[in-house]
Amino acid sequence: MKTGKIIKVAGPLIIAEGMEEANLFDVVKVSKMELIGEIIEMRGDKASIQVYEETSGIGVGDPVYSLGMPLSVELGPGLISKIYDGIQRPLDLIAEQAGDLLTRGISVPAIDKNIKWHFIPLVKKGDEVSGGDIIGYVQETVLIKHYIMIPHNVEGVIENITEGDFTVVEPVAEVKNKNNEKIKIQMLQTWPVRKPRPYKVKKNPTEPMLTGQRVIDTFFPVAKGGTACVPGPFGSGKTVVQHQLAKWADAEVIVYVGCGERGNEMTDVLLEFPELKDPKSGEPLMKRTILIANTSNMPVAAREASVYTGITLAEYFRDMGYSVALMADSTSRWAEAMREMSGRLEEMPGEEGYPAYLGTRISEFYERAGKVITSGKKDKEGSLTVIGAVSPPGGDLSDPVVQATLRVVKVFWSLSANLAYRRHFPAIDWLTSYTLYDNNIKQWLMKNVSNDWPEMKVKAMTILQKESELEEIVRLVGLDALSAENRLFMDTAKSIREDYLHQNAFHEIDTYTSSKKSYEMLSVILFFHDEAMNLVKADIPVKDIINLEVKEKIARMKYIDEKEINKIIEIKNEILEQMKILKDKYTI
Amino acid sequence: MIKEYKTISEIVGPLMLVKNVENVKYEELVEIELQTGEIRNGKVLEVNKDMALVQLFEGARGINIGQSKVRFLGKGVEIALSEDMLGRVFDGQGRPIDGKEKILPEITKDINGSPINPFSRDYPNEFIQTGISTIDGLNTLVRGQKLPIFSGSGLPHNRMAAQIARQAKVLEKEGEPITKFAVVFAAMGITFEEAQFFIEDFQKTGAIERTVLFINLANDPAIERISTPRLALTTAEYLAFDKGMHVLVILTDMTNYCEALREISAARQEVPGRRGYPGYLYTDLSTIYERAGRIKGKEGSITQIPILTMPEDDKTHPIPDLTGYITEGQIVFSRSLHRKGIYPPVDVLQSLSRLKDKGIGKGKTREDHADVFNQLFACYAAGLEARELEAILGQAALSDLDKIYYKFAEEFEKRYINQGEYENRTIFETLNMSWELFKLIPKVELKRIRDAYLEKYLK
Repeated sequence: MKTGKIIKVAGPLIIAEGMEEANLFDVVKVSKMELIGEIIEMRGDKASIQVYEETSGIGVGDPVYSLGMPLSVELGPGLISKIYDGIQRPLDLIAEQAGDLLTRGISVPAIDKNIKWHFIPLVKKGDEVSGGDIIGYVQETVLIKHYIMIPHNVEGVIENITEGDFTVVEPVAEVKNKNNEKIKIQMLQTWPVRKPRPYKVKKNPTEPMLTGQRVIDTFFPVAKGGTACVPGPFGSGKTVVQHQLAKWADAEVIVYVGCGERGNEMTDVLLEFPELKDPKSGEPLMKRTILIANTSNMPVAAREASVYTGITLAEYFRDMGYSVALMADSTSRWAEAMREMSGRLEEMPGEEGYPAYLGTRISEFYERAGKVITSGKKDKEGSLTVIGAVSPPGGDLSDPVVQATLRVVKVFWSLSANLAYRRHFPAIDWLTSYTLYDNNIKQWLMKNVSNDWPEMKVKAMTILQKESELEEIVRLVGLDALSAENRLFMDTAKSIREDYLHQNAFHEIDTYTSSKKSYEMLSVILFFHDEAMNLVKADIPVKDIINLEVKEKIARMKYIDEKEINKIIEIKNEILEQMKILKDKYTI
Repeated sequence: MIKEYKTISEIVGPLMLVKNVENVKYEELVEIELQTGEIRNGKVLEVNKDMALVQLFEGARGINIGQSKVRFLGKGVEIALSEDMLGRVFDGQGRPIDGKEKILPEITKDINGSPINPFSRDYPNEFIQTGISTIDGLNTLVRGQKLPIFSGSGLPHNRMAAQIARQAKVLEKEGEPITKFAVVFAAMGITFEEAQFFIEDFQKTGAIERTVLFINLANDPAIERISTPRLALTTAEYLAFDKGMHVLVILTDMTNYCEALREISAARQEVPGRRGYPGYLYTDLSTIYERAGRIKGKEGSITQIPILTMPEDDKTHPIPDLTGYITEGQIVFSRSLHRKGIYPPVDVLQSLSRLKDKGIGKGKTREDHADVFNQLFACYAAGLEARELEAILGQAALSDLDKIYYKFAEEFEKRYINQGEYENRTIFETLNMSWELFKLIPKVELKRIRDAYLEKYLK
């Protein structure tokens, strides 16, 4: 293809002429250093290119070569437990080749082409297959069977397929299509990142993604295949929430995109995840995780690409029939990267300097989530859940990125600076957060947790809302002015807040709570409330009731091991005993 | 052969447009020879066909469009480095201003540096003792961390920064070699008196011998400030990763840096973001702050303490806001504590060190540190609540327990937060002082401390 010539360099944006043969969104190599870039605008023979690496030292007249294909990722065995940069270059290989600092123009393969994987076929000669069908698998890690699928442009009959050890570029099968052409199938595929991978049907999500975080699982659950966002000012614990979800969410594959955030945080994930064990399988969490790291000081254009790279990898595993969760921390940095490119292109700005298409890009991104029946002859069900952190300036929710995100996501976990300031973590504000999946997953919860779970939730939430109303009064006239019943409400609300919603991410037991344990814990708190209400109505002083010794036990429920749930249930008996003693004392 | 151009076509603010140039590269270093023979520097911000847009480092005053000559030097902005820089004072552009001879460079490096590969980073977890209780005890600093001070005009952030530079050290373990320690100090747009305070303080205590200073004063060209922190950090990287030293970098005042950035952005007529600051302020700041850290297999480290004055003490102003999103915590100063005469006036509840959990505890500080931290925090918060209650409803409204916490908050501020400028408390002194304060509180209320520690330390 014809080589172009640079006529303008302005930061990560360059303009080259003589590019009439290139297509929009083609990948290009810039200058002799072979920096990677992408064409984002064409005017006549002039192409505007965003460059994914530092552009210092590039000048007018330097050559630009188009690769004639859009920005794509490589898909195949070897993805799990890797750490990639924003355009799928493995950071460990870069470190091996270039040392501790990121230098430019490095070309490393995304997937190792030399490793031999043991391929086990799942179809046989003569089977009819089409794009998306599974033909076999490779045991990639203890946790993940990496299913090999027919590429989307192939349809026909399996001509031959063999078990054995192959590299990702060796053929494992042959398919004969309608025209009697034999097509070799290798394990490695590529897919352009900006194009969503196809599926047959999208369905409504009906199953919750359990996260082990009580406030989320109880009040604001996200469904498998749903979308959620976590906005909050700095220091409110966005990243800890995202890390907790990446650790404990019951998805089968996790893709974690560190987009424009701190370098040390990525290092933390890299060092911590191999140590942490999956609560179900007992295997290291890293064996189901892919990390994309584009820290804040890495080139800004690659930050823009990193969320697309991440979601394409996630979709690929969804197509195998897995439930996949993608965490993006933070989408604000992604939006800022868009704003920067837009500014350099001298586009007319929208709100706060963000491009007018900000809302469209954000909704396109979140719409790639969903529960789907994947394409192919055989139906498989996979889901992709997307959770985006948003970092609005000053925690101001009127920020355009927050607003555009709230228009598309179904779950809103509002992090409050006030709660964080009081060291209540996770600082998810129960009064302003919401979920729209309550009805979708109600059936599932009643079947799998308990019939009265949805009812209990409503009851607990009502008490919390009542507390916020009563707080106004207390502030004006003091706690003593409240009726005994309302005093009890205040106390129960405090118990829900401190003994239930507050959860210590750094405590070995408290960090994860199963839905069974959550149910029993909340049940105990509400049981105490109901029984206490009876005593209050019998004119027993509320001060005595709320100072019963058993309250201490309720406060320590969260530290009881999952295996000893009975200890939580037994608290109910103690409540009855102690209340009976109290009642006897006053009725004599 | 370097070509010389006499084709300056316009100069607007800190920007200069040169026409009919050839082979000019983005971010190339530019030399301008004035009609008087004076040499000034700049760098290429944009190349467009045969035109180059140049940012002037020293301002445009006195440049004659017709007679000045421009040379493009074919390399980026670099700094010459050597270990002899320790003990020396440079201007905001890296030229010696202490009257001593020029530095004989061992190596030259591009001042923009390169990002550290996240894969090669080592997690910061070594405790640094600053001798200041509010930092060591409550907002623990670790090697490789970036922990800014959010201050306000008229607050004693400079005194505290000097105290940290003077006292910071790592607890030495027996048998381990003592590592070399250095301070790199970058002043951006501070006054002569402030700069003099630091220089004199370093000289008085002998710290100057292990310090490199870059000084850009308030009356020096604002544009020069863009490169000052980068020069300092390049020097720090050289000392840390080439020479194996533990380097503490103090950057003051980041607010002036950001304003210089805004000035250039405005001159380029870019679309402004919040409060007129450019949309890429976050990215730009991150290329400074993210240069802190440790690298696997290398001995040295870079710890950063940037200082910024919050305009109107407003934490949501873009500068502190974006800084807080990048740095690993913040030390926030409180004007009301300062008015009470408490030094350092650290607002304990608003301050935070994100990396403290990995740097404290057994083998690093002391086993009881985490529990003591949580308990102090809870007690002080309860004390402040009691104080608030007292302000509204009067002493009579306080319960007995409230009164105890009220007293605790007073004592905590007076004894724990408050300390002398030359008082260097060891971490053990700080922890023991916490236990002294806990004596004010009934033992049953000390819920956050493990029973074993209560028995051992509450004597």
